[in-house]
Amino acid sequence: MSDTAPTTADARKLAQDARDRVRFEEEALELSDQVYRVARRLVGSREEAEDLVQQTYERAFRSWRQYTPGTNLRAWLLRILTNLNIDRGRRQQRTPQTTSIDSNEAGDYFLYNKLESQVSDENPDEERVLERLSQDSIVEALADVPHDFRDVIVLVDIGEFSYADAAQILDIPIGTVMSRLHRGRRILKKNLADGAVTG
Amino acid sequence: MQPFLDGTLSDDEVATAQRHLDKCSWCAKRYHFEERLRHYVRIAVSEPMSPDLKARLAALRTPLDA
Repeated sequence: MSDTAPTTADARKLAQDARDRVRFEEEALELSDQVYRVARRLVGSREEAEDLVQQTYERAFRSWRQYTPGTNLRAWLLRILTNLNIDRGRRQQRTPQTTSIDSNEAGDYFLYNKLESQVSDENPDEERVLERLSQDSIVEALADVPHDFRDVIVLVDIGEFSYADAAQILDIPIGTVMSRLHRGRRILKKNLADGAVTG
Repeated sequence: MQPFLDGTLSDDEVATAQRHLDKCSWCAKRYHFEERLRHYVRIAVSEPMSPDLKARLAALRTPLDA
């Protein structure tokens, strides 16, 4: 009796669906620079990062309906990316080794103290202190941070995600994000200080 | 200091921290160092995406007539 009515409704729904999909893809692609920037520091090489980002977008475009509009799309994409990264064989690290700087209250200011001590008294300009670190030495210092700690640093300090987003992306409690961030930054600063000796 | 830098403190806590930094040069110097270090690291490790990857991602889009 009313065969045409549902068909029209279906067609309208399909058209709406297609529009939603196009919008989703456009929004996701607009974030690709930021997604890549984070991915590049989560893995060791440019090639790996590119593969990972491409796979992330392939999966995101396939499962776009699982994304809840209005939520943080960048975090959703990074969640896919970190899951893919783990699937690629990266194992979660067990209890990270406690290094001596962890128990050292001065650990937070290790780099500051070290770099400051190298600045001559005649030129105590703080702005100069950081310039003693080369770009390569910073990249290397970050890469040398054990990955459980590095992931959190990359998401929060480089990707500028909130603790809550980082917790969701990595599927770990917020408290763990905070403690890894704290220890990770100490390790990073220790690495930077070590690199600054020769630099 | 880290929660302050991360912007996770409440307004009251921020005010307390700020008051302290205003009168404590020891902490203020370290605070500014941390702030700049973070900025410096972020800039140093940022690598732009290659045009090739950008093109590959764009090609993943669903064709409009699909």
